[in-house]
Amino acid sequence: MTAHTTAHQTNFQKLIEKNHASVSLRRKVTNAVMLSVTGLMTILALIPLFWIIGYVVYKGGQYINLDFFIHTPRPLGMEGGGVLNAIQGTLIISGLASLIAIPPAILAAFYAANNPNTPLGVVLRFSTDVLSGIPSIVIGLFAYAIIVKPMGHYSGFAGAVAMAMLMLPTIIRTTEEMLKLVPHTLREASLGLGAPEWKTSISVVLPAALNGIMTGILLSVARAAGETAPLLFTALGNERYDLGLIIQSGIAQKQGFFEILKRVFDQPVDSLPLTLWKYAQQPYPERIEQSWAAALVLMIVILLINIFTRLWVESRKRRLQG
Amino acid sequence: MDNHNENQKSKEQGKAAMNKMEIKDLAVFYGKFRAVTDIQMDIQTNKITAIIGPSGCGKSTLLRSFNRMNDLTPSARVEGQILLDGENINVPGVDVVDVRRRIGMVFQRPNPFPKSIYDNVAYGPRLYGVRRKNDLDEIVEKSLKQAALWEEVKDKLHQSGLSISGGQQQRLCIARALAVEPEVILMDEPASALDPISTLKIEELMQELKKEYSIVIVTHNMQQAARVSDYTAMMMLSKEGERSGTVIEFDDTKAIFTRPKDKRTEDYVTGRFG
Amino acid sequence: MTKYIHPLPQTHWLSRLRRAISHGDLPWKWIIIAASVLVMVLILAVGEMLWRESADARSTFGFGFLTPTLTPDWDPVNDEFQAWPFIYGTLLTSLTAIVLALPISVGIAIFMAELCPPWLRMPLNWLVELLAAIPSVVYGLWGIFVFLPTVVTPVAEGLFETFGTVPGLSVLFTGPVPVSGASRLAAAFILTIMIIPTITAVTRDVLLAIPTSQREAALALGATQWETIWQVLLPYGLSGILGAIILGLGRALGETMAVTMVIGNSIEGSASLLRPGYTMASIIANEFAEAVTKLHTQSLIEIGLVLFVLTLILNMVARFLVWSVARKTPQEARA
Repeated sequence: MTAHTTAHQTNFQKLIEKNHASVSLRRKVTNAVMLSVTGLMTILALIPLFWIIGYVVYKGGQYINLDFFIHTPRPLGMEGGGVLNAIQGTLIISGLASLIAIPPAILAAFYAANNPNTPLGVVLRFSTDVLSGIPSIVIGLFAYAIIVKPMGHYSGFAGAVAMAMLMLPTIIRTTEEMLKLVPHTLREASLGLGAPEWKTSISVVLPAALNGIMTGILLSVARAAGETAPLLFTALGNERYDLGLIIQSGIAQKQGFFEILKRVFDQPVDSLPLTLWKYAQQPYPERIEQSWAAALVLMIVILLINIFTRLWVESRKRRLQG
Repeated sequence: MDNHNENQKSKEQGKAAMNKMEIKDLAVFYGKFRAVTDIQMDIQTNKITAIIGPSGCGKSTLLRSFNRMNDLTPSARVEGQILLDGENINVPGVDVVDVRRRIGMVFQRPNPFPKSIYDNVAYGPRLYGVRRKNDLDEIVEKSLKQAALWEEVKDKLHQSGLSISGGQQQRLCIARALAVEPEVILMDEPASALDPISTLKIEELMQELKKEYSIVIVTHNMQQAARVSDYTAMMMLSKEGERSGTVIEFDDTKAIFTRPKDKRTEDYVTGRFG
Repeated sequence: MTKYIHPLPQTHWLSRLRRAISHGDLPWKWIIIAASVLVMVLILAVGEMLWRESADARSTFGFGFLTPTLTPDWDPVNDEFQAWPFIYGTLLTSLTAIVLALPISVGIAIFMAELCPPWLRMPLNWLVELLAAIPSVVYGLWGIFVFLPTVVTPVAEGLFETFGTVPGLSVLFTGPVPVSGASRLAAAFILTIMIIPTITAVTRDVLLAIPTSQREAALALGATQWETIWQVLLPYGLSGILGAIILGLGRALGETMAVTMVIGNSIEGSASLLRPGYTMASIIANEFAEAVTKLHTQSLIEIGLVLFVLTLILNMVARFLVWSVARKTPQEARA
């Protein structure tokens, strides 16, 4: 046994000796090359990011002006005009979508945070994942079928419903995370004072997590504001939409608040990405210029929201750790 | 006089030849914090050297600097000399990969790869270019036999390394370390996650292994150190200042446990300390 | 506290109701359960709607609607519809995008999880996530006017010249390359950029979840850092990385606007990557609002149904795979 072992030990060591120069060089070169390749991959992926941002800022910066924000589109061939209709549309669709999505999302997040391991909790987490994986164009089809078709016409409301469905999973997930961060002692303190569960949840846990939840909502609004596919056959687009006119004429006709509100949401509206998409495919240079400007506005809003929320989350994390 | 000098010299040479590793003025920093300081130690060939001491005194940190594993911690910095066969391995130009082949390591918890038992053991030799199946088969069998695991797993070499018991997994990790024929084996509390029977098996195994290897073992278990080791280093946090760990006494195991020179060692081994 | 006397006995239904409301936990519980069930109901409702609203198309065209064909038939005037060209376009562009995005994403994930200094990790994370935050239409706009002329057209020409006449491969690389560059290849390139953040994020999380002991085991045997990553970490996290690929595929399949803007929107017989085409999502985007006949609308909804079922399956598989990596870790710790 001993002789046997020693014999092979030398064999192995001989082998290592023999291979040492070539094998170890090859291993070291492979190591160095592959590790640098991963760094190169990282740079490669960031090229389009900076390219897009840079180009949008360059192009959009040339064409953006005050008219862009304060006028509705002019007929082709006429100078000036803006995309006020699309800006208003983006705001009212995102606003209404938030109103629709936030309450159920927060309630569901309460369930998910408090009952992670019940069958419904597992199903909820799974369906949240699945919902976020459904293509947005399919969500658009769904909103078309349940709202546009029965009502007989396209509307901002239908667009908002589609948007709300896109926002739902993001808000549920971030809210759940934030609720889980609220210290248990806080909850117990309130329950211990005899406050019922619902009151504890709404008046103690929710305010403690509110900042984080707002972050999640902002991020999901940012995502929704850039979406186009679900609006294609729900909000459709409307170059003559003008919120100011609707409200003025509503007041002139002595319509009530709800009647005016109905007129705001019950007709087709445009949104920035929708306008961008349509203009980009038209052969008129002024339209293409406006789509670059629209891209710039969209990017600024989305980048600002992203950077703001990131910084906020980071500072909060640091505070919690430190 | 001459004679005496020469005697001294040859004695020293003999001693040097017996020393597999020599640690001189070693200190380990985490950022600005000096975790381990002023270490002087010799690791003798074919002996088991134990490092004992209370938890948090830097035993594992010290051990991990022996095969440059502290390189993996970005904030860690090791100063001083670590001589392996007289050559300092704690200098920038040294081939760390080769150092780690020559100085193997077994960890606190068994950490087999989620591969088959065979592939776990063959992993190291393959790195060094052993490709022929016959060679690999021989190395795997020999290593598993050395780790006293062969009889238990020879019929299931192609099952997952995670499918065997914790004690067997730890011996698999030892076999995996042996397969690249290291010269020194570092063991970081190798039995702390194991049951008493598995612990006993590992201890018996160490006695076998020391015939061919030099072993350094970190343990928080004094009885274990007393049972298995030839030399013992007693580590403790220095009382004053930064509270960094250092070796307060390094001697024959028997001496450490029967007639310690340092009061703190005595307190510790007799259980008067924490 | 003021005590007030109940005019009614405690067991009376009215006082029970009053208690339930003032206490309020029961209604609260049911409200949050209802909200949770809503999410699941929405998914079922989407499925049900797509199924119901495509009934006529399904009964008229049967399975022939989905089967591969060499002479695609999509003729709204004569009410003849077949989904194959769109299914093919979707699969070809998405799979090409996966093949291109995978090495890049895994490379980035390795760089972020294993190599880069800790201070760099967070900013990199941000930048890669920003890539996911850019709206699809902006990708499309940049694609049409910048990316197609400068990158896609030259690459497509190069591919055409290299593989256009190679037997076997020529099917995929038939020319001529459109002057604008609008082609399936353009769509695949844009999709590649768009799914990199998805695959990177999941792969990075998978790598970070692998216990340090695995890295130490390999390095202590003398493995180089690359050998540790390639031979130990990637195999360890393989199922999680597969999950990442499938999630990326799901995103690529459903991506609409950017693809619609750069793919050229043409239903022709060619199977070539270098020719214009259509995807399932882009045919819906282009034609749904203008579809006149019932069968046309229904055929488009049936395409939506196919898309829905595909993404549903992919999502389930991906979640399962990612979840199985998370489960493997405690299994090792048990020892």
